[in-house]
Amino acid sequence: MTSGAPPANVNSAGLTREVYKGLASTLCAGCGHNSITNHLIKALYEYGVEPHKLAKMSGIGCSSKTPAYFVERAHGFNGVHGRMPSLATGAKIANRELMVLGISGDGDTASIGLGQYCHMIRRNVDCTYIIEDNGCYGLTKGQFSATADRGSVLKKGQVNEFETIDVCGLAIELGATFVARSFSGDGKQLIPLLQAAFSHRGTAVLDIISPCVTFNDHEGSTKSYSYVKEHHAILHTPDYIVGGQEITVDYEPGTVQEVEFDDGSRILLRKVEIDYDPTDSVAALTMLHEGRGRGELVTGLLYINVKAHDLAARENLPQKPLAQLNENELRISREDWSKLMESFK
Amino acid sequence: MQINDLTIRAATVNGSGSQSANLVLANAIFRLGIPVAPKNVFPSNIEGLPTWFDVRVSPQGYQCRSREIDILVALNPVTWHADVPDVKPGGAIIYEESYAVTGVTQRNDVVYYPVPFAKMAKEQIPDAALRKYLTNMIYVGALAELLGIGEETIEAALRAQFKRKLSAVDTNMNAVRLGMNYVRENLPKTDPYKLEPMTGLTEGLILMEGNTAAALGCVMAGCTVAAWYPITPSSSLCESFIQYCDRYRVDATTGERKAAVLQAEDELAAIGMVFGATWAGARAMTSTSGPGLSLMAEFAGLGYYAELPGVIFDIQRAGPSTGLPTRTMQGDVAFAYTLSHGDTKHIVLLPATAIEAYEFAAQAFDLSDRFQTPVFVLSDLDLGMNLWMTEPLAYPERGFDRGKVLSAADLEAAQSWGRYRDVDSDGIPYRTLPGTNHPNAGFFTRGSGHNETAHYSEDPNVYRNNLDRLNRKFETARGAVPKPVVEESGKPTALIAYGTSHHAVVEARDRLHAAGVETDYLRVRALPFTPEVFEFIERHERVYVVEQNRDGQLYGLLRAELPARSIERLKSIRHYNGVPIDASAIIDPLMQLEQTELVPA
Ligand SMILES: Cc1ncc(C[n+]2csc(CCOP(=O)(O)OP(=O)(O)O)c2C)c(N)n1
Ligand code: SF4
Repeated sequence: MTSGAPPANVNSAGLTREVYKGLASTLCAGCGHNSITNHLIKALYEYGVEPHKLAKMSGIGCSSKTPAYFVERAHGFNGVHGRMPSLATGAKIANRELMVLGISGDGDTASIGLGQYCHMIRRNVDCTYIIEDNGCYGLTKGQFSATADRGSVLKKGQVNEFETIDVCGLAIELGATFVARSFSGDGKQLIPLLQAAFSHRGTAVLDIISPCVTFNDHEGSTKSYSYVKEHHAILHTPDYIVGGQEITVDYEPGTVQEVEFDDGSRILLRKVEIDYDPTDSVAALTMLHEGRGRGELVTGLLYINVKAHDLAARENLPQKPLAQLNENELRISREDWSKLMESFK
Repeated sequence: MQINDLTIRAATVNGSGSQSANLVLANAIFRLGIPVAPKNVFPSNIEGLPTWFDVRVSPQGYQCRSREIDILVALNPVTWHADVPDVKPGGAIIYEESYAVTGVTQRNDVVYYPVPFAKMAKEQIPDAALRKYLTNMIYVGALAELLGIGEETIEAALRAQFKRKLSAVDTNMNAVRLGMNYVRENLPKTDPYKLEPMTGLTEGLILMEGNTAAALGCVMAGCTVAAWYPITPSSSLCESFIQYCDRYRVDATTGERKAAVLQAEDELAAIGMVFGATWAGARAMTSTSGPGLSLMAEFAGLGYYAELPGVIFDIQRAGPSTGLPTRTMQGDVAFAYTLSHGDTKHIVLLPATAIEAYEFAAQAFDLSDRFQTPVFVLSDLDLGMNLWMTEPLAYPERGFDRGKVLSAADLEAAQSWGRYRDVDSDGIPYRTLPGTNHPNAGFFTRGSGHNETAHYSEDPNVYRNNLDRLNRKFETARGAVPKPVVEESGKPTALIAYGTSHHAVVEARDRLHAAGVETDYLRVRALPFTPEVFEFIERHERVYVVEQNRDGQLYGLLRAELPARSIERLKSIRHYNGVPIDASAIIDPLMQLEQTELVPA
């Protein structure tokens, strides 16, 4: 081993994988959310996230409990139902050095929190926003959520009569700058997507289909493990390359699309079947629409725009976090103050 | 002659630009050294509906509203019939000449000054776009001439109003002269009112709106994140904050801004952004009014229980729901005090003056950081949106009190720490901020049951102990919030008031004194009540609680917390018609209650 190279069992932050673990999960065994947690642990470890810079935010729901189950050392905030985007916005504005990772459920995002979801995207708050999407309310015992597909059936037999809200389509429509869909059971696809989301500057929406094994994993459910396995239409298999690192795998030219982030990292999208350009929002919407028509769940990086400014940039905030500015930096000077008071005469 | 003691009311149409004319008038009188109290009574409408502007002129410096109108400027044909009867006998009416003087408007106990405003404006002000606005300056001129305000004084007031826009000063001054000349040439003075310069009363003072003062308090307290959703009468607070941040917090070379003001999609998001920001260590605030406050209820409880700082300004208006959005009330006191579900109670500051709006705003951030809890500042439309005569706001002499925040070095030195542990027996735990580079810094903030180390717990004892600690913290806060202001000389009868009701109490007590009724007075400035409030009540036989709501909200809170023996001493005086309380609204019920008390049947 050459000197200076990190020992094999630690990441670029000098930390072992152990550090990225959290408390033991209290979710149902087999819950898709638990798989996502495991993929997240791997993704965060490999990415080399410094735990003290990570802010784990969530709303309310089974899904929203998961921030307790990874990187225990990091600060976490389990807020109120559907309102995590505003908390995340405030936290990121106060300290732009934080890496904000939001975890939400489909009920949390697409019902009670739909407004905040839309406005966070509109503001392009720099954060990774994960929707652990099971088409139902887990924590309140299995009611339909707004992402349930029309015609899908609940465990007790009720049929969903209403149109689904496609959180990805909606995000693209709202001008989101990073929109991806994946499946809790597909770590190979999910982990590079997560890492790309961490690198993205702006709101990175990741809708992860995550079967609820207790209330929504039966025949008739379009968010069950087996249904998703069968109707999973993969756009590409992504690979994530940390900034500066060399590309060692040789891809066949013409089948790989590369997207580079501000920090020099890249996501390589190896095309599986169709010729898909993730920078074309109209194409993305069409593809989602057509996929839904075929009963297919299209996964992969659906849309990306690395050029838009995030909220902190648009607000022209200083690099030094607002939270760290002191009285001398924030108060009006004595001289200006007297002049100001004079102007009220 | 009635010198320097009168109330002028301008009745105009919303959107006609009368506001700046009224402000110039008030400022000019202020410049003569005579105390003024301007009050805007406006409709919830942008254009077309009636609006009134009262300028109370008072050598005693009374800042409350007066019911008596001495001089009416009648420029609204729609309210002409209703406005004229409000003028007191012996008063004067300046009005648009073309209005018909018949029926109730035909009084022989007042002086009429007809002025052909419309005709003059049409003939003398060529620019049609400006005509509407300048018509108002004609009545400023007419009043100036009748009352004896010199041309230079008006011009100085115009300069203050339009700052450096010299052309605007000239244009407006020409309109003022039209009014002056018309009166001089056509209307011999027959009313008894006159203004004479005074000294020692307004020198060194400024005129400022409460919301401006509060916004400056936020700036000086180092608030860096403001999240808001527009609602009258609170909007001007955040708008002022933006204005001052634009002026004083932008780096001239880089354009970087040392504050972020986010116009949220609703009040739920606004308070969420505030708590996200304070959790991450910034000072943050939101401003709203009653309807917005209700949307913040769930988050307020989370803020209380998860122990998050955050300053919430509630500029109260008349409720419920949309209520009377542009009318004043002290109607949110009980609601704000316990906002949210379960066992929740909050620190509430109750400013009465522009200085307090400024100081309490700044203090709210210190209290909020120190007690790690939301702090509510309850102002109202009267304080927030009217101009008040005040001492200039003092430059803060102390730094920020950020409370118990542990740095990485503190954590290194500490043997152990628990986010919700009561180390100092004051109920206040220590916190760390995200971004603190130490392996023990992180903790998990949540609304669900948690133990001292912020871990999830549904243990009955843990939950109960936590609630008890929060109570202990609240008791500590009782000793830290602003104490009441007491004026006492051992009289059996006393008044208690808070917020803007104060100004009416001041006048009421003087008038009662003149009638031989002596009163002591305590002004509550914060919730929870400090011990001084209870002790004061104990020392008096009859205590009248004055407030601007129907149900006597503070009276109710006092009764709930007082020892049983004191409860019967309390009487409630309430004013709730949407316009600011005046002295008579206190004197009349008080005299009635006193008589039944003093002369038992
Ligand atoms: C204001 C409010 N309303 C309702 C609830 C009850 N509630 C808790 S979790 C939840 C739904 C969670 O569903 P989802 O976000 O899809 O997460 P999942 O549990 O399925 O992971 C609801 C309705 C609440 N906590 N707060
Ligand atoms: S109820 Fe469903 S969503 Fe909740 S933990 Fe169990 S499997 Fe997961």
